[in-house]
Amino acid sequence: MRRGLWLYIGGRLLQSLLVLWVVVTILFLLFRLAPGNPLTAYIDTTFGEEQQTALMARFGLDRPLHEQYLIYLGNLLRGDLGDSFRYGGTVVDQIMEVLPNTLYLTLTSLVAAYLVGVIGGIFMAARRGTRTEKVGIIFTLMTRAAPEFWIGMILLAVFAFKLRWFPSSGTAAAGTIYSSEIEKLLSPDFWQHMILPTFTLALYLHGLPLLLMRSNMLEVMDQDFITMGRLAGYSERRLMIRHAARNALLPVMTALTLGVGYSIGGNVVIENVFAWPGLGRLLVRAVTTSDYPLAQGAFFIIAVIIVILNFFADVVYGLLDPRVGSSDQAKAS
Amino acid sequence: MLPQTQNVESAAASAPIFERPTDSFLSQFARTNLEVFQRDRLALAGLIILTFFVLVAILAPVIAPYDPLQVIEEDGIWLSNEKPAPEYPLGTTNLGRDIFSQLVFGSRAALLVGFSAAIAVSVIGTVVGLLAGYYGGWVDTILMRLADIAFGIPFLPFIIVLAAFMEPNIWNVVIAMSLLLWRDTGRVIRSQVLVIKEQAFVSAARVSGASNLRIIFMYIAPSILPLSFLYGSLAIGWSILTEASVSFLGFGDPNVVSWGFMLQDAFNSQALSRGAFYWIIPPGVCIMLTVMAGFFIGRGYEEVLFPRLRRM
Repeated sequence: MRRGLWLYIGGRLLQSLLVLWVVVTILFLLFRLAPGNPLTAYIDTTFGEEQQTALMARFGLDRPLHEQYLIYLGNLLRGDLGDSFRYGGTVVDQIMEVLPNTLYLTLTSLVAAYLVGVIGGIFMAARRGTRTEKVGIIFTLMTRAAPEFWIGMILLAVFAFKLRWFPSSGTAAAGTIYSSEIEKLLSPDFWQHMILPTFTLALYLHGLPLLLMRSNMLEVMDQDFITMGRLAGYSERRLMIRHAARNALLPVMTALTLGVGYSIGGNVVIENVFAWPGLGRLLVRAVTTSDYPLAQGAFFIIAVIIVILNFFADVVYGLLDPRVGSSDQAKAS
Repeated sequence: MLPQTQNVESAAASAPIFERPTDSFLSQFARTNLEVFQRDRLALAGLIILTFFVLVAILAPVIAPYDPLQVIEEDGIWLSNEKPAPEYPLGTTNLGRDIFSQLVFGSRAALLVGFSAAIAVSVIGTVVGLLAGYYGGWVDTILMRLADIAFGIPFLPFIIVLAAFMEPNIWNVVIAMSLLLWRDTGRVIRSQVLVIKEQAFVSAARVSGASNLRIIFMYIAPSILPLSFLYGSLAIGWSILTEASVSFLGFGDPNVVSWGFMLQDAFNSQALSRGAFYWIIPPGVCIMLTVMAGFFIGRGYEEVLFPRLRRM
């Protein structure tokens, strides 16, 4: 592997850690804005005296701000995010319980959206200048302009309440308790609960890869090697699928990596419409009920996921773009 | 630097054509705008939609038959959950408020949020991009690391938390959005400034002794202004959508009727299970239309900026 590439990856890693540190600091300060005295971020009035003193010591809440900050960083490094006010137990446990649901929803939707988007983008590029393309693009822009929660509401009103084809909320019929994640994933009931939120999210997400793929395809189809292929007598179809699409796909893959991070942060709305017990719903409930440690913890995890995936996107970009890490690196940055 | 992937309504890879601003700044600016709306029918449609909603917002008290929060009563009884009728064209909410009047007044909140956030985002993004691109060095490093940080903060969660901790009002939502949304604009404009500052007319200005600030704002800025407009019109859309989401989640201004507020009200009042589509559909259609108007106008600027795409 190119030596310059390692330098590039190392640099990006350092930079990501720096970004994460600043984000964490912003988070610390942000939660000092919470209404009430600064202790409200950790200590609820309903906690007993003993629990309060214990928490004070654990987070150093009786110390000056800069010491609290150092203790906060130390706790984060050790994976200690405090205790939830409302639901009991540690914040980490609460988050671990809902995180899989968010991942199932996000990853399934992303895969569906990118499949449809990439194929749709190739199709649009093949139909350039036609009425089909125009209508298709307007439709795609509509899906990006319509609020996700509104599409979700309409789907719920039609398919859950009117036609009763799908359940309206949650991950399981009332009373169901899954003994393990595996059992949950094997249950048809779970997948039935997944369909509407997944469709809603995928409908929103498919626009990005579609528009990106289309414009990349148009770009690539204009290049010399395609013209050469045309002269060599290859069919337009073969050129598009076997040659152009491969090249046009690379930026879409970078977008996918970034997309995972952003949609985990942006799932908030959809999870709330469908009462999907994931990270976004946890965050909103925590903020609404002033469960500050839980809100802070959920925010932190979402931020970590975004920063990690931004880093991966940089790495993927570096691996795919031969200019990165080579002698004319300046041009690539 | 990664390619821009966030705003692919503007997915354009080729370099735009920059011209030396030959005639006066204002006339050039007017010409670009005229070109956008003459060339592109979708951009024109976007402009018409926005103008329509601006008129509705201005004339709201004249158009709306009721105050949006007024409870309609008949013989002392609240007229809640009424179906559409001549007196209340879109029916009433479960608190007996006129849905049509709410829809009309909702345009005010949407446009206020949309335009103020768009202005803030394009001004901050343009200035950041100009300074970072022109000066390079440590100015560039600091500003672009700030952009990286803005990219690392989860957008909607940040706005929700900020809106919840500060007083819930529209301006706090606008401020929270502007704090993060400049990141796209800043990066893109910086990369274009890097191209422009190598051009002959800039070197000529430098040789003839123009100050840095003069070069930045008199020579470079006019060339990238359409790009700021592009990102500004996309920001109209993003900010209206974001405000709607924030209101829908219950963190909006409780005294301002916005389209997001209406949808939250409908959602929490079991309008879905009652199949009250006359309540659910209209606010979403209005949001979609205004956001699309922003996208259409953005695409119009893009086609003038990136003529290669037009040929395709």
